[in-house]
Amino acid sequence: MSEKDITSNEQNNERESQNKKPVSHGRRDAIKALATVPVLGAMAYGVYRKRKQEMRNITSADMFHFNSEISPLTPLTPDGKTIRLGIIGSGIRGKQLMIALGFATPQYVEDLMQANKQNSADNRYRDFREQEDLKIVITAVCDIFDVHAEEATAAGANINREGLNSQYGATPKRYRHYRDLLATEDVDAVVIASPDHWHGQMALDAALAGKHVYLEKPMTWTVPETYALRSAVKESGIIFQLGHQNRQVEAYTRAREIVSKGLLGAVSLIETGTNRNDPNGAWVYPIHPDANPQTIDWQQFEGDPDRVKEYMDYMTSAGLAQYVGPDPRNKFSLERFFRWRCWWDYSTGLSGDLLTHEYDAMNQIMDLGIPTSASSSGGVYFFRDGRTVPDVLQTSFEFADKGLTMLYSATLASQFNRSRKIMGHDATMEVGNTLTVTIDPRSEQYRDKIDNGTIKPGEPFYHYVPGKSIDAVTSATELYFAERGLLYSYVDGKRYNTTYLHLREWLESIRSGKQPSCNIDRGFEEAITAHMGTRAYLEGRTIYWDAEKEEITRG
Amino acid sequence: MNNSMIHKKRVINYSKGQLIALVSLRTLIGWYFLYEGVAKIFTPKWTAYGYLMDSQGLFAPLFKMIAENPDLMAIADFINIWGLTLIGLLLIIGLFEKIGYLGSAIFLVLFYLSHPPLLHVEYLLPTEGSYLWVDKNLVMLGAVVVLSLFPTSMRIGVDRIIFKSKSR
Repeated sequence: MSEKDITSNEQNNERESQNKKPVSHGRRDAIKALATVPVLGAMAYGVYRKRKQEMRNITSADMFHFNSEISPLTPLTPDGKTIRLGIIGSGIRGKQLMIALGFATPQYVEDLMQANKQNSADNRYRDFREQEDLKIVITAVCDIFDVHAEEATAAGANINREGLNSQYGATPKRYRHYRDLLATEDVDAVVIASPDHWHGQMALDAALAGKHVYLEKPMTWTVPETYALRSAVKESGIIFQLGHQNRQVEAYTRAREIVSKGLLGAVSLIETGTNRNDPNGAWVYPIHPDANPQTIDWQQFEGDPDRVKEYMDYMTSAGLAQYVGPDPRNKFSLERFFRWRCWWDYSTGLSGDLLTHEYDAMNQIMDLGIPTSASSSGGVYFFRDGRTVPDVLQTSFEFADKGLTMLYSATLASQFNRSRKIMGHDATMEVGNTLTVTIDPRSEQYRDKIDNGTIKPGEPFYHYVPGKSIDAVTSATELYFAERGLLYSYVDGKRYNTTYLHLREWLESIRSGKQPSCNIDRGFEEAITAHMGTRAYLEGRTIYWDAEKEEITRG
Repeated sequence: MNNSMIHKKRVINYSKGQLIALVSLRTLIGWYFLYEGVAKIFTPKWTAYGYLMDSQGLFAPLFKMIAENPDLMAIADFINIWGLTLIGLLLIIGLFEKIGYLGSAIFLVLFYLSHPPLLHVEYLLPTEGSYLWVDKNLVMLGAVVVLSLFPTSMRIGVDRIIFKSKSR
């Protein structure tokens, strides 16, 4: 606007005001002053319409109404006794478990401190330091690789979670054989994170020694030891927790409620799977430079003779000799020591490592129990590095008594994201860190609501985002953050990792004498289910479960 | 001194078209702010936590620090919800226009700085367009600055009544 314009405008204006009579002045003023106020009315109307529409959506809150709020973390038992822990196996997973318990090497803590100094947004140091004290002391450590054992003793002594050159507590005693660790008086409970072929035997021996057990999954390597372990745990009365930390995922608790209220209708198909696409995800773990026959107790690595005999008996009787070895068991091999998951001689394959998590999550949500039959297919298709364990696996479990199939589909050579789906006659639920329920267009249960337009079938109808008390209307943004794992501060504004919560539940169960969530019965179901899938793959036939005799059969 | 003299000091005189365009722009920006506020009022437990945690760029540590401190976060949420609503109202009805523009400019600067459209930066929250250095927040900030130089509330707005009556 030029100055000339303004001047001429002003002149117009003055002329205007001179011509007008003072009577209408006030009214004109009021109109000009309030000219934009009707805009507020328009917005109020718009907001009213929008709210009305949203209220219709809130019927999802009415239908998916839950009485029980998911309980926040209960405080630790006051004056609970200090539990003395022994760590058996402190490799990759064992180290993670110790960190979850609050014990890390000074070097690890130092690295976290440095990471925070470099990037102030990296709060792992603070989180680790602030993690609740679980009232435990690590008194004993056993690992058959010297480096891992030394790291574990250093972590166990680091009671104040300090970096390098600091004050540490008493160093836990290192045992070279786990049986010596189990024989000691100053261990109340053990955390077992050995290779699969040692799981059952170590847990069994621990139960016989009266030590409480936290055992990494899968529960067992051979079928016979599964029964023996169950009896030993039950007879000894120890507190046993299997390491399926999915039991602590808040969304699964809500998913369980949704299924048990029948909101999905009859469930006929469950789809689960694993997608990974890197060497580490395919068990090609790094080989430590200090590893050699002097620093590794190979003889102990080979396994328990009774268990190895069971394995060999099955493999030979079922005509599966091609899956054994190919290296002789007593031949020292760094590859086999660090990448043991790649060979049936020590491993339970995709079934034991990853299918078990998927199965246990579904067992947690739907009380599946043991399937009536299993069939599998797959092969070594991508990582042709001499492994005997497949990198692509499809297993379908029939639960004939429940009228449903659970499909497990895995590849270690594609990371494409597939959601877990529980498909029902009335609705399908996608289960992850969040839940999404989509109503089926042909649903009978929701027929009225589909007809009157309350429910749009085929569109996500209900979202559950953990950490939010409001179920129905969550914004796309919130959902997005939650699914990417950004909304981690669920409990009292603090971030927790599920492994920590799972260990915590086990320790509290030891103090209270209550059964933890993934106890020996759930473990038995997990182990048998995984073994059925494995045997179906190895034998290339459908494998059945005789529930009465509690026996795996070939039908 | 007569009324028109006072007016001259406070008011730029516009043609009808200019005035309509400027008031419309003021109202549109007001609407944007008001609804952003109202929508948050109606969203139970709304929080800017996720948005702040997703910050990038030079000031990201500051925004994340706010998000991670429960007290600061509560204050930030309160200011967001009620600040947006209040500013929206002020701009639409033309009340305390200068405060309205100042407030909206502060909000827009903060929005821009917390999520600057930099090279090689990706946000979890997908944007609806493609931006490089300049985004819609910056454009709106420009519009607010221009509007503050061409005030309209003394012509169309509640300020017309308030300040006129005072000057009488």
